[in-house]
Amino acid sequence: MPDLTTKARVDLEDLAIHEGAPVLLRRALAEVAEGGFLEVRGSSPGLADDLAVWCRKEGHSYERGTLACSHRIQHGASIPTLATSAAVSQVAEPGWGLAPRGALIETGGPEFSFTLRTKREVWAQELDSIYRQAANNQWSARRDIPWDHLPKLPLEIEAAVCQLMTFLTENEIAALYVPARFISRIHPHYREVVETLAMQVVDEARHAEAFTRRAEAGGMGLGTTAVTGQLSLRTLLEEADFTIAIFLLCVMGEGTFLTLLKFLEENAPDPVTALLAQFAHRDEARHVAFGIAHLRYVLHREPNRRGSLGAAVERRSRMLATVSGLSPYVYDALVILAGGGASPAQIRTGARRVAGLHREMDHARRARLQGLGFDAEDAIALSAAHTKNFM
Amino acid sequence: MASAPNEKVPLRPLRVGAVAYDPKVVTIWEGFRSYFQKRGIEFDFVLYSNYDAQVEANLGGEIDVASNSPLAWVKSQIVSHGRCRALAMRDADRDLTSRILVRKDADLNSLTDLGGKTIAVGASDSPQATLIPLSMLAEAGILPGKDCQVLYHDVMVGKHGDHVGGEREAVRALAVGKADAACVLDSNHALFINEGTLDPGTTRVLAITAPYDHCNFTVLDHLPETWTSHFVEILLGMSFQDPEVRILMELEGLKRWLPARTTGYQQLEKAVKRFEFYA
Repeated sequence: MPDLTTKARVDLEDLAIHEGAPVLLRRALAEVAEGGFLEVRGSSPGLADDLAVWCRKEGHSYERGTLACSHRIQHGASIPTLATSAAVSQVAEPGWGLAPRGALIETGGPEFSFTLRTKREVWAQELDSIYRQAANNQWSARRDIPWDHLPKLPLEIEAAVCQLMTFLTENEIAALYVPARFISRIHPHYREVVETLAMQVVDEARHAEAFTRRAEAGGMGLGTTAVTGQLSLRTLLEEADFTIAIFLLCVMGEGTFLTLLKFLEENAPDPVTALLAQFAHRDEARHVAFGIAHLRYVLHREPNRRGSLGAAVERRSRMLATVSGLSPYVYDALVILAGGGASPAQIRTGARRVAGLHREMDHARRARLQGLGFDAEDAIALSAAHTKNFM
Repeated sequence: MASAPNEKVPLRPLRVGAVAYDPKVVTIWEGFRSYFQKRGIEFDFVLYSNYDAQVEANLGGEIDVASNSPLAWVKSQIVSHGRCRALAMRDADRDLTSRILVRKDADLNSLTDLGGKTIAVGASDSPQATLIPLSMLAEAGILPGKDCQVLYHDVMVGKHGDHVGGEREAVRALAVGKADAACVLDSNHALFINEGTLDPGTTRVLAITAPYDHCNFTVLDHLPETWTSHFVEILLGMSFQDPEVRILMELEGLKRWLPARTTGYQQLEKAVKRFEFYA
């Protein structure tokens, strides 16, 4: 039984309702049980009338006190709240809505339709450290790149750089859209996942800006976007399953891009391109780390999901069967860049290096797949089935 | 007027009328309907654009229960010669007052000082922002329209002042000096200060009406209680602490439903008579 006698008191002095008195009233009422009384003192003009109106609106009962300047409020029904655990739950309730994890939540709020609301669907270890690194390593395409140091390059080299920047930009845009599509589906209870993906989106936006800027900086502008690349990226954008999408994007695609960006840094004809590749590589390495951490988390609990991941790579490969492979625009640009020019001798050198790049990419993919528990044979097959367009 | 319906179980679901003074009315009634359905009561709701049409429908038997404004209740009683009864009301419908506000520095200290002045009011059919406070003024000997000028703010006439727009215009008229006084519902006075329509400290309360009651659910008194008792029981059982209806109750502006009382309408009845509102 709640104690219904008046014990709680609040003195408003000359503070009026419209001057914020409800703040003090609510604080005092928080200490009073439902049905209990709060004694209020105050001397602002019209306080009795204003208190009566306020109580009616708030569902409390008001009565004038025995003394002048004194009033009594009987606490009406309060809104129940439920406490959520500060720890990460296995399942997030739709009714928790946008409330931060661990906050008190008023009951009766709207239900949100976050479809990814179990830990096993979205979680990863090491999210804190990945996010922290991302936050600490943000760079600016405008401020941190020595655009003034861009030399005038031979025409064929500049054209090759511009073509590669075009290819990189379209891939970065795809890598932006994939996490962005899923962010709004993930229950905010798993905010570390949302935050990490949001940083990926920001990273990719910066990459797209920086690579486009590089193509424009030399005066030549962007090159050509090939159908093959677009078809390949579309299959990535259309993947509906979060874990499969993260596997295809972060592990297979961005993993392959790590090797590509390293190659670009080593073969860059100018310091600007080299630095862009280096910075982008650092960012992409975090995306790959997230992908691997997420896949480890999922596969540890559901080892047989390896089958569906493999199937996804193969399905994508079949869909792209009619696509001949890496677009000639990109291949030619890589060869000219790696060879240092377009003479037959330079092309021979370049082609040899690009073949080496493919081997390195394949090697790194297989290592990653084996790291995720795929056996050597499956790793070879899946790496071989990965899109020839790198992402 | 409709003939007395069958005393036994209704042949069709109960029909409840409400006036659509705001789009939220649809949300509220769809929500209530599903809440009632889960508790074994089928009812349908019919929305009217104005209270006159709803009163006519209620007295004509097209709807069984009307969610009435106080003025619609008074009109129902006048037209039916007192043959209506009220079922329930919101806690927030009891003991409202209206306030006549003046500018802080104005040399106005009593109702009689308003002679020759301009009084800003809400919609012409608003009980709280027009009829009741003007009636109080008339009682004090200042006849609206004769001894003082009345500045109406006819926002959504027909909705009996349910829409706050008319009152807001009235206090704006006071604030900018177009009027010497403004009539508002007590809780809207606080609202207008909080939302910034009125700067705090620039106005003061000249007079407050006696408390009066507001909306209720109205039925014709020959409607058998068996038709409505379950409806009322479920209504009164709604809890603000129940997540299922909390938002609906917030939208409807109440913390709990109470059994109706009809003792709080005398001031409005007097005003209607004095101003020959339904003559």
